Amino acid sequence: MLILQCPCCGVAADETELSPGGEAHLKRFGPGSTDEEFEGYMFARKNPRGVHFERWRHSYGCGKWFLAARNTATLEVYGTYPAQTPEPPAEIVERIRARVPEWRGWK
Amino acid sequence: MKRYSVFAIAREAMRYHTGWEKAWRSPAPKADYDVIIVGAGGHGLATAYYLGKNHGIRNVAVIEKGWLGGGNTGRNTTIIRSNYLQDPSAAIYDKALQLYETLSQDLNYNVMFSPRGLMMLAQTHHEVRGYLRTVHANQLQGVATRWITPQEVKKLVPIMNIDGPRYPVLGALYQERGGTARHDAVAWGYARACSGMGMDIIQNCEVTGVTSANGVVTGVETTQGRIGCRKLGMVVAGHSGQLAEMAGFRLPVESLALQALVSEPVKPCLDVVVMANTVHGYMSQSDKGELVIGGGTDGFNNFTQRGSFHHIEETLRALIETFPIISRMKMLRQWGGIVDMTGDRSPLISKTPLGNCFINCGWGTGGFKAIPGSGWAMAELVATGEPGPLAAAFNMWRFREGQFIDESVAAGVAH
Repeated sequence: MLILQCPCCGVAADETELSPGGEAHLKRFGPGSTDEEFEGYMFARKNPRGVHFERWRHSYGCGKWFLAARNTATLEVYGTYPAQTPEPPAEIVERIRARVPEWRGWK
Repeated sequence: MKRYSVFAIAREAMRYHTGWEKAWRSPAPKADYDVIIVGAGGHGLATAYYLGKNHGIRNVAVIEKGWLGGGNTGRNTTIIRSNYLQDPSAAIYDKALQLYETLSQDLNYNVMFSPRGLMMLAQTHHEVRGYLRTVHANQLQGVATRWITPQEVKKLVPIMNIDGPRYPVLGALYQERGGTARHDAVAWGYARACSGMGMDIIQNCEVTGVTSANGVVTGVETTQGRIGCRKLGMVVAGHSGQLAEMAGFRLPVESLALQALVSEPVKPCLDVVVMANTVHGYMSQSDKGELVIGGGTDGFNNFTQRGSFHHIEETLRALIETFPIISRMKMLRQWGGIVDMTGDRSPLISKTPLGNCFINCGWGTGGFKAIPGSGWAMAELVATGEPGPLAAAFNMWRFREGQFIDESVAAGVAH
């Protein structure tokens, strides 16, 4: 079972306590953007077989949103961090590079 | 290719069954083909079959990274139905159902299609209204479905508890022509027919790259070397995004794990397929006697072909209320498959930004039932370069245009 530590309340919560929220670090496009930009933001989400950054909500706990770095092929978790973080923290990136040398970066 | 028949069985019985030939050849890849189909699951093999049968294109290779039918084709709960709300969905799924009805004869291979009837239980008032709407839509589409009362449900499925405390059965959407088929046999039957037409089915050959020149596809790099082609069809379900990336475009698809399980075999007790979407459970009984049970998907991106225990618990907990008889059954096996979900839960059968490269994916949790219709439509697209009436609405640019075929709303859940 997938276990993520909520960075807000510190609880190590299993997946029955959490709600997945899709890709993290999205740049949002709204009115005034081109059709391609909006389609890319709204539908063509990243779907890597490997390292993935995601939004999660501790819905049956403290109720707060947070972000997680996870591997979709091995289910390994590299760490969680607050939702207000604009890009993955350096120590998580380092941990991922050590575990997955062929990883091409988060962008 | 020798035909299977009662005379063949008699002939082989006389000589200790030494004369059966392999159902399909396993050749080394040629340097070049007219069409390469990536993915030897049901959809890929059906595409190849109808390319040969309907369009006379037989210089075709079907490339598979594992063994044929080893992905979602061999991992589903084998349900076949066409009671969809939206017109484009009803058209392609009903085409598939019609083809399934004569598939064993067409392929000369018993796919054990069993139109035993299928019901989708309405367990909330919201669902009652939703399914009544679907019944009306189906009448306009010419798909025979009807609304049945709780008493009729009970008559068809005596083991069902129709007045459970949380989820009483308020009626059901019933499709008599729906049912099940033997999933492996569908893949094997198509593979045998393709091989019989001279097509090459190349297993254990993973595609590692897509080559192109001037915006037109020229071939694929594989673990067995480069193979050239004039047209390329990608039919790989869960890994469509990875293949699309090799070809240089992005897809509106996310990959999730969906799991199923079977119980120990028991005497016949359920001769209808029952789906209960409110509680995310569906059940039928296989010819071996096992209860075949499916549930919902995980909500997060996942490429591991296994399930999670809490989903099993969730599915069974809900089904036990509706089927108290199964509460002490032992579950024998459990497995997962990677399904490719689009934003509107409808598939893509589409041209792509790369010339002569076509994609068929996004069938999500309900691809098995569509195999013949999907192959039919995809073959037309690959052969002519333009989508036919079945495929036109399923183009990959519909998300940009906002022309969704919104089955996620229609079904209430992933389906």
